[in-house]
Amino acid sequence: MGGRLRQDVMLWVSPRRMEAEGSAPDFRFSLANERTFLAWIRTALALVAGGLAVDQFLTGLAHLPRTVLAVALLAGGALCAVRAIHHWARCERAMRRGEPLPASHFPALLAVSTALASLLVAAALVFGPDR
Amino acid sequence: MSGVRDPGAQPERTRLAWRRTTLAATVVLLLTVRHQLVASGGVLGWAAVAVAVAAWLGLLVAAHRRLRRLLCAAPVAARPRHLALVCGCAIAPAAAGAGLLLLRGG
Repeated sequence: MGGRLRQDVMLWVSPRRMEAEGSAPDFRFSLANERTFLAWIRTALALVAGGLAVDQFLTGLAHLPRTVLAVALLAGGALCAVRAIHHWARCERAMRRGEPLPASHFPALLAVSTALASLLVAAALVFGPDR
Repeated sequence: MSGVRDPGAQPERTRLAWRRTTLAATVVLLLTVRHQLVASGGVLGWAAVAVAVAAWLGLLVAAHRRLRRLLCAAPVAARPRHLALVCGCAIAPAAAGAGLLLLRGG
């Protein structure tokens, strides 16, 4: 399991390792994979911006819960970015090998976390000390 | 394939996706700068701004280089290291922001 993860991580940085896998797919598939990667990077950047915004605009909230929520969003953004390159590399390799694309739990995890964060922010706005 | 125009306009769509991504990165940069202007985080705040500016410039350069390579009708896939750099440009402002919020104290 650990070895497989290491191999996947090596794919992020080594074009030679990627080229050693199967053969190049139709360029349109690669570009679609690249756009998916960029969409995930934008999601990551949105989470980072959300974390900064929570700290700057949710000033009715006490210092500690505000910082915890902001840092959680920033950490989520970083995690999302790492996952973006990881998933891109795994999809690109699967396409080169002619295998099915890898399934992932991450979108479900992100959906639940986003819903939770939204509820927390809404609760902070409604029940916050300044209201 | 080369020279044949893709009716799905894949290269153009990919170029636009890169542009949207630089736009999202600009929002992150502006919020980091705003934090420093409003909350005045001192030296730590300026360090976070420096990291955010460097990451933003890194992403702009990465996007620009990719946009140029996407100009032909049948471009090749992006290089893994190129995309790993883009990831770093998203993680750096997150790390700088988290460091700033955690180290500033109550």
